[in-house]
Amino acid sequence: MKRTIPLLITALGGFVLIASYFIPPAQSWGENVSIWFDILSSIAFVLGGANLLMSHLKSISDRKSGWGYSAVVLVSFLGTLFIGLGKIGVHPSPQFPNMAWTGYYREMGSGFWFIYQYGYTPLTATLFAMLAFYIASAAFRAFRAKNVEAALLLGTAFIVLLGRTFAGVALTSWIDPSKWSGFKYFTGLKIENLTVLIMSVFNTAGNRAIMIGIALGIVAASLKVLIGADRSYLGKD
Amino acid sequence: MRDFLEQQWWLVVIVLGSLAPLAAQFVSRGFLPTLRTLDRRWIFLLMFWAVLVPIYFVGVTGRTFPEIPGALAKATFNEIEKLHAGDPVLIAFDYDPSSEGELSPMATAFVKQCAEKKLKMYFMALWPVGSQLADATIDDVLKSDFPNLVYGQDYVNLGYKSGNEGVIKVIVTNLRELYTTDSRGTPLQDIPMMHGIQNIQQMKLVIDISAGYPGIKEWVQYAVTPFPETIHLVGGSTGVQAPQLYPYVPRQLPGLLGAIKGAAEYEKLVIDKYGGPHPNPKYLDGLRRMGPQLVAHLLIIFLIVMANILYFADKRRESRS
Repeated sequence: MKRTIPLLITALGGFVLIASYFIPPAQSWGENVSIWFDILSSIAFVLGGANLLMSHLKSISDRKSGWGYSAVVLVSFLGTLFIGLGKIGVHPSPQFPNMAWTGYYREMGSGFWFIYQYGYTPLTATLFAMLAFYIASAAFRAFRAKNVEAALLLGTAFIVLLGRTFAGVALTSWIDPSKWSGFKYFTGLKIENLTVLIMSVFNTAGNRAIMIGIALGIVAASLKVLIGADRSYLGKD
Repeated sequence: MRDFLEQQWWLVVIVLGSLAPLAAQFVSRGFLPTLRTLDRRWIFLLMFWAVLVPIYFVGVTGRTFPEIPGALAKATFNEIEKLHAGDPVLIAFDYDPSSEGELSPMATAFVKQCAEKKLKMYFMALWPVGSQLADATIDDVLKSDFPNLVYGQDYVNLGYKSGNEGVIKVIVTNLRELYTTDSRGTPLQDIPMMHGIQNIQQMKLVIDISAGYPGIKEWVQYAVTPFPETIHLVGGSTGVQAPQLYPYVPRQLPGLLGAIKGAAEYEKLVIDKYGGPHPNPKYLDGLRRMGPQLVAHLLIIFLIVMANILYFADKRRESRS
């Protein structure tokens, strides 16, 4: 029963969604299944929060290495939750000036706004920006023309890197048909045009091939899940 | 450039001074041995200056590199340009602050063009903090430069809904099944511009600004593909995501802005048409960020070339020995 019901729900949901795509009268069934999915994904936030609490509390109680980071996660999580739900620093809505908690929890100057503006935003932006340093270091250490394929990749990378900046335009600006009419046959060799060619022809062709392959794989894997042949998503218990 | 270096001589001194120990290493130990044991912190320092100096240069001089809009930027611009005043447009903010550097310039430019065209703007988000980013863009563009536009009549923020592509799948046929209020909790029936809006097939255009999953790919798969006649999509994406989206161009995705380069090209088009003689610097963020991108890219190319010189020199030495 513990496994049969989830299997039936999966199969029912999947086949209804397939039917709703191909059979117009079944479209509303698909909508209902999608709404169930959205409700479940909302509940997953609560489960995710509970799971986060449990795993980090366990790290702290077991004094695992790096348990201090778990403490930071818990303080941040609970602090943000308390400030957001409690609408700390939020003024009452102009429509209901005498009633507390009627204001907008994200209003400018509120506690939640402060955390987002001065905590979350700079932290995530900084983490992402640090990638530039690691990319530069990795490019120096790993990007070697060890064989023909690597050399081709290297050449392509140079063209795209230059083509995404003004350097690409400046370096091949001498290929100018107004200076010599013969250059009109070579404008495709301008770095910015080569970049477009690489992105729109070679990249598109390669990506399409990969996408079609993945899509066929997904169809096969999904069918196995829907008919119950693959039950690995249910876990071991 | 020369004037800048003369006036900001102290910056030149600091940059050269910070790199002097590295130069001394090259002189004392030799080129290849220094390169072979180069501490990665030197690379970090070079990247730091490669980004910081152009930012400072652009900030002091206000100069940007000339930008020639490409075909995709023009197509994106034209898709919005061909709409008429009062046409409804859905703008989805599917990113978070980590991608703000790349995506906020195009978000600002999209909203400016829509406001200039007097389109009805419906903001929404499939990413949890996308709604805050939409609010920030509304404050930055609509409230400050278009004070005549009224919330609820000319634009509305529907906010974030969880469910990723599940949300798209529902709102393409029935928006009100999921959205009963806007992001501030106002019931949709109390918002004038929501009257008569039942699903997003009624939108003349969907604009998605996306940093990954869920994003443009999901909008193509779950909105444009089932309803190719009624839903039209253009978008802006991060550089790492853009190559995966090219296969959808042009039939399912007529316009695509890739990374800060795409943003700069699109900004140029918007500013040329709507910016006036002295455009506000906030509408030039993409163009301004092309400066640091240029120097950083050149540095990466330089590092790769140096690394390969070292590789071939070592290989030659090994074969000789």
